[in-house]
Amino acid sequence: MANGAIAARFRLAYPGFALDIDLELPGRGVTALFGPSGSGKTTALRCIAGLARAPDGLLKIGGDVWQDEARGVFVPTHRRALGMVFQDASLFSHLTVKGNLDYGMTRARVTAAEAGREALCEMLDIAALAERWPDTLSGGERQRVAIARALLTRPQLLLMDEPLASLDVARRLDVLPYLERLRDELDIPIIYVSHAPEEVTRIADEAVVLDRGRVVARGAPLDVLPSASRLIEGGRFGVVNALKARVLAVDDAYGVTRLAHPAGEILIAARLTQREARVVMRATDVALAMSEPRDTSVRTILRGRIEKIDATDSALAFVTLTLVGGDRLVSAITRLALDELRLTVGADVFALVKSVALDERGL
Amino acid sequence: MPTSEDFAAIWLTLKLAVIVTFLLLLIGAPLAWWLARTQSWLKAPLGAVVALPLVLPPTVLGFYLLLAMGPQGPLGRLTAFIGVAPLPFTFAGLVVASLFYSLPFVVQPIQNAFEAMGDRPLEAAATLRASPLDAFFTVALPLARPGLVTAAILGFAHTVGEFGVVLMIGGAIPDKTRVVSVLIYDQVESMNYERAHWLAGGMLLFSFCVLLALYGRRRNGRYG
Repeated sequence: MANGAIAARFRLAYPGFALDIDLELPGRGVTALFGPSGSGKTTALRCIAGLARAPDGLLKIGGDVWQDEARGVFVPTHRRALGMVFQDASLFSHLTVKGNLDYGMTRARVTAAEAGREALCEMLDIAALAERWPDTLSGGERQRVAIARALLTRPQLLLMDEPLASLDVARRLDVLPYLERLRDELDIPIIYVSHAPEEVTRIADEAVVLDRGRVVARGAPLDVLPSASRLIEGGRFGVVNALKARVLAVDDAYGVTRLAHPAGEILIAARLTQREARVVMRATDVALAMSEPRDTSVRTILRGRIEKIDATDSALAFVTLTLVGGDRLVSAITRLALDELRLTVGADVFALVKSVALDERGL
Repeated sequence: MPTSEDFAAIWLTLKLAVIVTFLLLLIGAPLAWWLARTQSWLKAPLGAVVALPLVLPPTVLGFYLLLAMGPQGPLGRLTAFIGVAPLPFTFAGLVVASLFYSLPFVVQPIQNAFEAMGDRPLEAAATLRASPLDAFFTVALPLARPGLVTAAILGFAHTVGEFGVVLMIGGAIPDKTRVVSVLIYDQVESMNYERAHWLAGGMLLFSFCVLLALYGRRRNGRYG
């Protein structure tokens, strides 16, 4: 087992539900536990945290054994070097933001300098909130304080249980960039529970798909999500692509931004200020063409090759492309179109993306 | 005008209520915590026992307490064993009886507050390295503060207002067991209506003020 890697084996049965997983997770990066409600992803996370106890569970992280029932080992939650962020933030309402941040830090016997407290608060934009009470914070602020509170204990592992699910769409988009930055800057593994494919695509390096208590797929998010579309809330609309691209130029007259991607130029109907952006597009907003269309209103045309085709039982098929430059892109089209165009694995195609469908967020 | 006899009864009543409230908070908080969090089958029977004084006539409670404190009762044997005076007709006896009598008024608001906060704050505390005991004192109790304040007010007021149990256990010994409610009864019995008025009116005003404070808190949304 690699340094810092996690081995987890839990079997747990409640009336009407059984969890049965056996996972090895990497020692860094973001692993998403993904699945519909009732799939067991939160139960799995609670088992890792020690908040639930599987009768014959096994949990090792790095060199530490947190649970090994065969040898009678079960380390209680408060002795596990982990941080956890709950769906509802769960800040202590009787303490200020500062009091909340201090709570775990003092108990973990970590100094502000060791925890990099100042830098962390800067990064999460909460430095100015220290004297505020949790009741006076917005949902996004609360969640960012909860993240900082968990990280200040200098955990070996960060667990996040649907940290964006209680936020409205605007707040979610507020917090997402912070999560992306955390992913890029932290050197501890993060296990991220979510039922939202957009989040998984944007944040996770790897997705573990759970259904009715079992692991049904795992791999890079864009590799596993299309075939898991029946498990996705919102079905085909839930499969979302995310591409990194460099900003080329902002056209002030038209209010659009041109971005460079190896597979072609991406046009966004917004003025961007940063130099790099992550462009988000739903699979249902990506159309395919066999030849490069000349007379279309679509301004974003990306070149790629068909790598995989997942036909569903219904009218739809998910076509996964490898774009020029190596990024993956998923398109949802009808099976009728698939057959009429005679699309096959290995075919060179053009992906057409309506620029109004692009939602860019700074990295 | 109130007499020194009245002031002695008022002082005794306040002393009793303060001691009982203090002891009940000490006993009631852990008991409420256990009742709020246990999954044991004992939860229902014990909860019912705690609530009994709400429905029993004080005379019934007083009668059994008197038996228990008597020479053949378990409390009586205990006091004999450790070599202290028997409890009936003493101030200590009143304190013990009042602990039972006012128990539900203290336990239930605290239990409600603990139940309302749910498991989540304690789970969050555990993930922040707080042991269960640490979390009880630094998270559960502070979050239950409105419930604790309500419990203290109700426990205090209810002890001040008790009559039947006091009469059964303590009688009416001046400076020892004759609390305000008992003194009022004595005055009325002896047709001293004017002296009864002073005390009865005072109790009325006191009770109104307590309830006003309580309902004022509830309206402000701080009731636990």
